[in-house]
Amino acid sequence: MWLLMTALAAVITTAIWYVNAPDDKYKVGLLSLFFWGATLMWLADHVMAYLAEGGEFFEINMDATMLGMSVIILALIVWVLTLVISDPKGVLKTVLKT
Amino acid sequence: MACFLVPAGEAIVTTVVQKVVENQEKKAGGGKTNQAAAKWSQRLGWLNKMLWGGVILLALEHVWHGEVVPWPPFLTAMQNPADVAPMLHEIATIGVGMAVLVTVVWVVMVIIAEAKSRVVPQVKVKPVEGGA
Repeated sequence: MWLLMTALAAVITTAIWYVNAPDDKYKVGLLSLFFWGATLMWLADHVMAYLAEGGEFFEINMDATMLGMSVIILALIVWVLTLVISDPKGVLKTVLKT
Repeated sequence: MACFLVPAGEAIVTTVVQKVVENQEKKAGGGKTNQAAAKWSQRLGWLNKMLWGGVILLALEHVWHGEVVPWPPFLTAMQNPADVAPMLHEIATIGVGMAVLVTVVWVVMVIIAEAKSRVVPQVKVKPVEGGA
């Protein structure tokens, strides 16, 4: 389930990045590549595990859904931290000056 | 078990390579990084972002499944000698597979970007209409 949720997040963030491209002031491209990296890694994991052990390709249950949500939230936290630290709008500078 | 360690190792190496390339591009550009010169550090940046993003999110998944713990030896498979061999096998197969897949996708992205950047946009010239 977390593979599907991460892949969906990757597609949505890529679409948002493309709509605003070439402007990437808010680093949506970074978030998109984060999701794509995780999607590809889990895809390799799922395919190799499926070929070796068989069973269900997607694990669909509440635990897997909660993991998928946690993964997306962690990626968003990393993205927000990167955004606040790099401060592309200069908001922190302005706020700290006043 | 610990498959994300292979992409993590690759991410460390490619981050160092990106920094070296970035410095070389800055030197070549006379202290300033111009867009044409900075293309390789930009392309390496795509790989780094995919690798680090994947590693961070996979680390969470491993913590979730109890395969990674915040105390030594950090990998639960290391606590039982019988689990060490399967862990190393997983690192050698799934871990390497993950790193290879991300790198192959990045190579395809770079090939497409190179092909796109070589295409010169054609400007349609309209003959000037003038006179009576």
